[in-house]
Amino acid sequence: MYLTNEEEHILNGEAGETLRKAIEILVALGDIYGADGLIPIKSAQIAGVSYKTIGDAGLEWISDLEGQVKVPAILNPAGMDLEDWERLRISPEFAERQKAIIQAYKKLGISCECTCTPYTLEGFSAGYGDHLAWSESSAISYANSVIGARTNREGGPSALSAALLGKTANYGLHLEENRIPEVSVSVECSLKESDYGALGYVAGKIIGSKIPIFHLKDTPEKDELKALGAAMAASGAVALYHVEGVTPEACRLGFEEPEEKIIIERSQLDEVYESRERAGKEPELITIGCPHCSAAELKKVAELLKGKTVSKETWIFTSRELAKRYPDYIRTIEESGARVVCDTCMVVSPATNNYSCVMVNSGKAFAYVPGMCGAESVYGNMEACIEEATGRKGKKAGGSY
Amino acid sequence: MVPIKLKGRTISRGCAEGEVLLSRDPISFLGSVDPKTGIVVEEKHSLAGKSIKGKVLVFPHGKGSTVGSYVMYQLKKNEAGPVAIINLETEPIVAVGAIISEIPLVDLLEQNPYEYLNDGDIVLVNGSEGYIEFRKPEGSKKK
Repeated sequence: MYLTNEEEHILNGEAGETLRKAIEILVALGDIYGADGLIPIKSAQIAGVSYKTIGDAGLEWISDLEGQVKVPAILNPAGMDLEDWERLRISPEFAERQKAIIQAYKKLGISCECTCTPYTLEGFSAGYGDHLAWSESSAISYANSVIGARTNREGGPSALSAALLGKTANYGLHLEENRIPEVSVSVECSLKESDYGALGYVAGKIIGSKIPIFHLKDTPEKDELKALGAAMAASGAVALYHVEGVTPEACRLGFEEPEEKIIIERSQLDEVYESRERAGKEPELITIGCPHCSAAELKKVAELLKGKTVSKETWIFTSRELAKRYPDYIRTIEESGARVVCDTCMVVSPATNNYSCVMVNSGKAFAYVPGMCGAESVYGNMEACIEEATGRKGKKAGGSY
Repeated sequence: MVPIKLKGRTISRGCAEGEVLLSRDPISFLGSVDPKTGIVVEEKHSLAGKSIKGKVLVFPHGKGSTVGSYVMYQLKKNEAGPVAIINLETEPIVAVGAIISEIPLVDLLEQNPYEYLNDGDIVLVNGSEGYIEFRKPEGSKKK
């Protein structure tokens, strides 16, 4: 891999130990994947934040680093709401360690906004063709697919290294020739809202790590694309997808139709919704906001909960910035007894481990809750989740659109 | 005894010498190795019950969760990690883990290390220059 003189100096330790290790990581990954050199990045989004996932080892490593990031960098969700961790009954020991991790990142100049939807934040925009080093799987998928920016699936340490250097190794999805669709997915039914999460859950299992191009009957909204990508990155390892006539690269580049073809039918999506009827028990916890709720989703939850009272524990996850931007929605939601929780989510918070059955409207959460939280997950659309929470009838809560 | 030097690819820099411990199976540092002791705790693993502490650990490649990189760092901090690693072909989790833990690592050797090395052999791993070196009785490949 070609390095500039300046990069060689950094690799030889002339810019300090932290940068030496950072560039060593990028060079090793570049060599493994056949990169020709390093390229500048516009921003970094760093995973490895929740104490539940990285533990003491991760905390130690981050604490030992020195210096300042060279590009805007933010964090993935943490294990708790950083301003009000007691609300989800997080233990003081966990909270103390979690705060230490955040402090260690802050010391490096990283913004302590912890969200899986960085693209919704002011001043953190990514544009078509921008090179990024992001590491939260749904954010990667959104950046690549919906925005047309370019990022590989970075691990926590490699994203942090990229942030410290302002560069990443030029391989994989940074290169145009690696962004071409490899499998065509035709969906034979009309889709709405949570159907996209169900589709992503089903499709990701079949597609694995390939790049799909979807042919859909409808034109999905941004939030629907977010749900589709998040689910495919969880049940599979899809980091980039295209939708014919919708996503920017499919529109601009006009791809040829891949030879491999998959057809997905309504009955496959219905199976996801039927998890509600198949469940061995009643959901004890209702969660919405995986990935973090957008403004439009907060508005919808607020409208559904307005004037009602929840009878089951109900958590709505969003970024702190959006929660502050829309206090009216937050107030309406909280007046129902549901809780709006920032900085974290149902998957990475240890709080979810206290429940045995969790209802979600997210294909990603549906895939991860059993393994990460030891709870059964059941799927429903947002209306069904709110009906479950408010105790109204809705036993057939699967109800797809 | 003749010295044998096999060239490979630099993944993690540094230089260390130690006793070989060969693993036939891939290793997931998260879940398979106790970060306090370095003992392999994965039941059906070919190294089950053995300690990787202080060894030159030879394994095909890594597997499992990306948190494995941090576990390697924890092993190092607990002085329970390997002194060096030789892989057939390294994947990113082990590459990153070795670098942050300052464990020299070389892969893609010009000859298959499993055909040359036995448990207990003394081998030098030079991660900075990308080679390994050891001594063998003349004319013998293995044993």
